[in-house]
Amino acid sequence: MSAETAVLTKKDFQSSQEVKWCPGCGDYSILSAVQSVFPELGIPRERFVVVSGIGCSSRFPYYMNTFGFHSIHGRAPAIATGLKMTRPELEVWVVTGDGDGLAIGGNHMIHTLRRNVGLKIMLFNNRIYGLTKGQASPTSELGKNTKSSPLGTVDYPFNALSVAIGSGATFVARTIDVMQPHMRGVFRAAAEHQGSAFVEIYQNCIIFNDRAFAAITDKEVRDEATVLLEQGKPLVFGKEKDKGIRLNGFELEVVRFADGFGPDDCLVWDATRQDPTLAFMVAQMAPPHFPTPIGVLRDVARPSFEQIVAEQMQREIDTKGAGNLEQLFREGDVWTVNEDGSIS
Amino acid sequence: MTASTTEPGAAAHREVELQKLDDVVIRFAGDSGDGMQLTGTQFTNTSALVGNDLATFPDFPAEIRAPAGTVAGVSAFQVRIADYDIHTPGDASDVLVAMNPASLKVSLRDLKPNGVLIVNADEFDERNVKKAGYETNPLEDGSLDQWRVFKVAITKLTHEALKDTGLDAKSQERCKNFFALGMIYWLFSRPLDATVQWLQEKFAKKPELADANLRVLKAGWNYCDINELFQVRYEVEPAKLPAGTYRNVVGNTALALGFVAASRRAKLPLFQGAYPITPASEVLHELSHLRRYGVTVYQAEDEIAAMAATVGAAYGGSLAVTVTSGPGMALKMEAIGLAIMTELPMVIVDVQRGGPSTGLPTKTEQADLFQAVFGRNSEGPVPVLAASSPADCFDCAVEACRIALKYMTPVILLSDGYLAFGSEPWRLPRPEDLPDLRVAHHTDPATFQPYRRDPVTLARPWAVPGTPGLEHRIGGLEKADGSGHVSYDALNHEKMVRLRAEKVERIVADVPDAVVEGAPEGRLLIVSWGSTAGATKGALRVARREGYDVSRVHLRWLNPFPKNFGEILSRFDTILVPEMNLGQLAFLIRGRYLREVVSFPKVQGKPYYRSEVLKKIRDILGEK
Repeated sequence: MSAETAVLTKKDFQSSQEVKWCPGCGDYSILSAVQSVFPELGIPRERFVVVSGIGCSSRFPYYMNTFGFHSIHGRAPAIATGLKMTRPELEVWVVTGDGDGLAIGGNHMIHTLRRNVGLKIMLFNNRIYGLTKGQASPTSELGKNTKSSPLGTVDYPFNALSVAIGSGATFVARTIDVMQPHMRGVFRAAAEHQGSAFVEIYQNCIIFNDRAFAAITDKEVRDEATVLLEQGKPLVFGKEKDKGIRLNGFELEVVRFADGFGPDDCLVWDATRQDPTLAFMVAQMAPPHFPTPIGVLRDVARPSFEQIVAEQMQREIDTKGAGNLEQLFREGDVWTVNEDGSIS
Repeated sequence: MTASTTEPGAAAHREVELQKLDDVVIRFAGDSGDGMQLTGTQFTNTSALVGNDLATFPDFPAEIRAPAGTVAGVSAFQVRIADYDIHTPGDASDVLVAMNPASLKVSLRDLKPNGVLIVNADEFDERNVKKAGYETNPLEDGSLDQWRVFKVAITKLTHEALKDTGLDAKSQERCKNFFALGMIYWLFSRPLDATVQWLQEKFAKKPELADANLRVLKAGWNYCDINELFQVRYEVEPAKLPAGTYRNVVGNTALALGFVAASRRAKLPLFQGAYPITPASEVLHELSHLRRYGVTVYQAEDEIAAMAATVGAAYGGSLAVTVTSGPGMALKMEAIGLAIMTELPMVIVDVQRGGPSTGLPTKTEQADLFQAVFGRNSEGPVPVLAASSPADCFDCAVEACRIALKYMTPVILLSDGYLAFGSEPWRLPRPEDLPDLRVAHHTDPATFQPYRRDPVTLARPWAVPGTPGLEHRIGGLEKADGSGHVSYDALNHEKMVRLRAEKVERIVADVPDAVVEGAPEGRLLIVSWGSTAGATKGALRVARREGYDVSRVHLRWLNPFPKNFGEILSRFDTILVPEMNLGQLAFLIRGRYLREVVSFPKVQGKPYYRSEVLKKIRDILGEK
């Protein structure tokens, strides 16, 4: 098997199906990143399963030459949980979107994360419903004009990372469709994580929400508008690396090195902290007062759901034996009616 | 209750006479906190060990503790024991134990004239009498004259029995149901052994409670023995059941056992996706105890997730089941549609309860038949079968799994609240006599096409993730015949819709012919399904004994119907369909066979009484 896996290439993970996303859609670059990372993981192809819900992003499994399940709206984490519980040796990746994963499937998302089911969840966030042609989503900015909100949305959006951290997720990261190498790095880290890995991918919808992330992704502003979270390194950003994030009392603040601060004053990023408080605070950083955090916010070790489930069953078998039907039927009070009608 | 000796005239101070009865119905009724379910269960288990045939009917409110002493809070347990094979827990009761005025008020209407009524007189103070809605105290106003009333100071006598134990008053009070149980054990000449043993096991860590309950149990027994309260004692001899080993089971336990048995016979691990819902939760509890049998139990965040995870487990190659009730069923429907589209094997159990919406959570109904047969968007055919008795839940669970695996389809199994909580003796099958359910997962890439069908069953291959060379995609979008690729082709869609329907139709090859009980043709045919089996069978027996030209056919399969069913219908003048809904099976029969039927609905949250069916037979065929 290892000889076979060693020769897997990106091509091995491309299916025969014609990719049908809109030209220029951010999904293409995410697909390319996943197809690049999978062969690097040293896992036989038949062990990969990609499960999705409904939405543009959820067409993803058709384009992956692995096992794939394009399911129903919002339910991918629940279907994948049933699969992973019963087949823990499989590599189960879930593809979802901001509507699929945070609106109709929000309940499954939070419970999957709190249980720490060993699923890799990629949430494509384009802040709009694309497949249904342009309605507001749970991550659309307050006041946004869409087909379903011509006067502007009236509801406050979710911060996907905060939802994940609040749900107890053990791996939480954010990347962007236009940052190909970064995206691959995050996927690799997610693949290595035991338990739930939640990755939010800012993804541009060229038709219904074009340039939704331009303010942070355009080349000329990107360095100023984003801060890279790198394990063990201070949170420093800016084209000239002249700004940073420091913890001042109970609050984060942006400091300028021109004002006498330096990298040593900045928060040194550690995604492995058990306490999720700092990760939550960093997840809340957003324009206009803060750069947008990109990278791994949280990566802590905790036994996965399927592992606990399997151990519990094994313990029962070890202490009580595997049990046979004869015994099972006879549990409780039994009596025998003999051929002559007597009772014993 | 029919006595084999006639009751002698009242004679003072004589030896207590022993009467043999063939069939008796006892109802224990009290407040929700009075332990009536436990009392009834103990009496049932003891009677089972004596060898009686029996059937039980627990009847309790949805509230865990409704306001004490009110009619809303009454909890009752009816048990019927007999020396021959019976099929229902009986209509009216011969003996009623009423622990308070409210339980008397609720249960009295079903006590037979001249029946034995034991009341806890201590609870009949002015406050409790009023709380139950009585104007005057029924123990004093002469309204109970048509029954044999025994006013017993059960609460006081319980305290008396425990006065030296040092147990606090509240704990003492909790034992009073065992006083009543002791009395009934004496009255029906039952041994105490099984209950004594149960108490010792149950309170192994609190021996003082085992001792207290035992004292009270014996006090109740002795009270009858010493006081000559009753002039007669009764005996019900063992029933002549077929030889074999038996245990008493409720329907929900039988379901759990059936699924474990099916998984062993299929050599597949069992997965249950579940969300707590009355009256189905006990299946979740039962299977949670059986992890060592390779059972994976998943209590999901909601009914939808429970269903979706069941689909996921089936996709992964497990024997997957989910168990719910009507409202949960409604939530599961979209994912059942996905299971139909992806043609994966699994069993969905609906333990029906009164509805719509929350309805009557603890009461029985059969009104989810339409939901089971038609409940999906678009054309979503699913095979549907229904269990007929608590023990039949076991056989139906195995049968549902067999069909699901053989035809690669979700199967809906209908039970109901009456079967879920009711019990009867179950003759233990020999595991090797159960059907062999082994199926092969597809492994050969050379012959693999995700939607290539078996020519006989139309089943598609079960190709599970992890199998080298079988990487493929499935999902909710329409599939191209054979390749399983996404297809929007118009004619392909019609072909696939028809194929899915035909696959379910072809299951008829595995459905045994319906069997007519009584004459093969005649004036009246009763068609029963699900839990109306017992009442209709009992009514048929009596009516035929009385000379009525009536027959009966009981349907296990509701979709598809047995292939000889239409022909059977044509042999009778009138078709009578009793069901606990407004005529859903009647509607299906009319639509399928263009046959007029007499629908006989009962929608009261209660099972049919044999007498109700009997009366209907007499109404149709005329009094004899």
